[in-house]
Amino acid sequence: MTDERMDRMIGVLLRAGVLIAAGTTLAGGIWHYVQHGAAVPNFSVFHGEPAELRNLGGVFSGIAAGRSEDLIQLGLLMLIATPIARVALSVFAFAAERDRTYVVITLIVLAVLLASLSGFHL
Amino acid sequence: MHSYEFTLLLFPVALAAGFLGSLTGLGGGVVLTPVLTLLFGVDLRYAIGATLVSVIATSSGAASAYVREGYSNVRIGMFLEVATTAGAILGASLATHISTSVLAVIFGAVLLHSAWLSSHKPPQDAMSDRKDPLAQRLRLDGTYPGPKGEIHYRVQNVRTGFGVMLGAGMLSGLLGIGSGALKVIAMDRAMRIPFKVSTTTSNFMIGVTAAASAGVYLNRGYIDPLLAMPVMLGVLAGSLAGARVLTRASSRMLRIVFAVAVAFLAIQMIVAGFRGTV
Repeated sequence: MTDERMDRMIGVLLRAGVLIAAGTTLAGGIWHYVQHGAAVPNFSVFHGEPAELRNLGGVFSGIAAGRSEDLIQLGLLMLIATPIARVALSVFAFAAERDRTYVVITLIVLAVLLASLSGFHL
Repeated sequence: MHSYEFTLLLFPVALAAGFLGSLTGLGGGVVLTPVLTLLFGVDLRYAIGATLVSVIATSSGAASAYVREGYSNVRIGMFLEVATTAGAILGASLATHISTSVLAVIFGAVLLHSAWLSSHKPPQDAMSDRKDPLAQRLRLDGTYPGPKGEIHYRVQNVRTGFGVMLGAGMLSGLLGIGSGALKVIAMDRAMRIPFKVSTTTSNFMIGVTAAASAGVYLNRGYIDPLLAMPVMLGVLAGSLAGARVLTRASSRMLRIVFAVAVAFLAIQMIVAGFRGTV
């Protein structure tokens, strides 16, 4: 695989990821409007989101239970996943180029991202 | 503000911030946090969460175009992302232990610096032919399309650049911003990468850096769907529109006016931080 082809694939992935994530978020927003109107809670005091909105499993069960906030959150999770998918794709692309140094570098970045997403912090 | 006007107002404000942010190169996200906290009275932590999500959206949206045009350097970006993502986790973890007043003061100072930078002309490319052995080993040197064919560049001071990127990542995680300005400084000043390559590669890296911080913020409950939705959609639509007119109108006057507005917000942020009203 050439660098140009890899660049093109990354470009397509990023665009598709953003479009799908934005579409899902918008759909969730419209659904929320239908359910509750335009009234939103107060954001001037920080409570922290409920545990359900902090992980993928909780979001899916929330959608199944008919909560529109969870569909919005799914869109936001997809958005966060887009650059991560880009890094994962780069691992394969560098492997196809037999560029071992960059396979290792990219795997390190991927590991840091996945650690962060799974709740790791210092 | 438990009302109706909230979402309805938030979207156009985010749209304008995204549009002006992409026109002036300052980024839409960085303006939104002070607007949300100072004008809408949103808690700084929620504002940071919503802004961070918008930063990912605009970075990924814009990067898809730059990558295809052949300006951004994927190897430089990936190598430096080791530093920015590690820094981002560190910064985001730190943010959860720092009071919002202190965060507001740091935010204001960083914003003031970006406003000052954006009102100045980009520096001339000072390319050098010196070979950095580390850059050679990592195959960081590259080419980019110039007016008269491909222009070759050699990357310098890789270690310094990596160190500054660690700081840029930390700032990004701490404040929920892209910290594009600091990334460009690391590449353009320290590593002597041409300005056009630095800015596009920085944009390319911002999404990955922000995703690293977003993980921490998500797990801490900073990302609220009902706030992030209008903010993210507005900034994304605004910045895409801004990128379309960018090639035609790149007015210096606009940059200065926007920089002054941002500086004003930055000072307000610092004052609010010292007063403890944030």
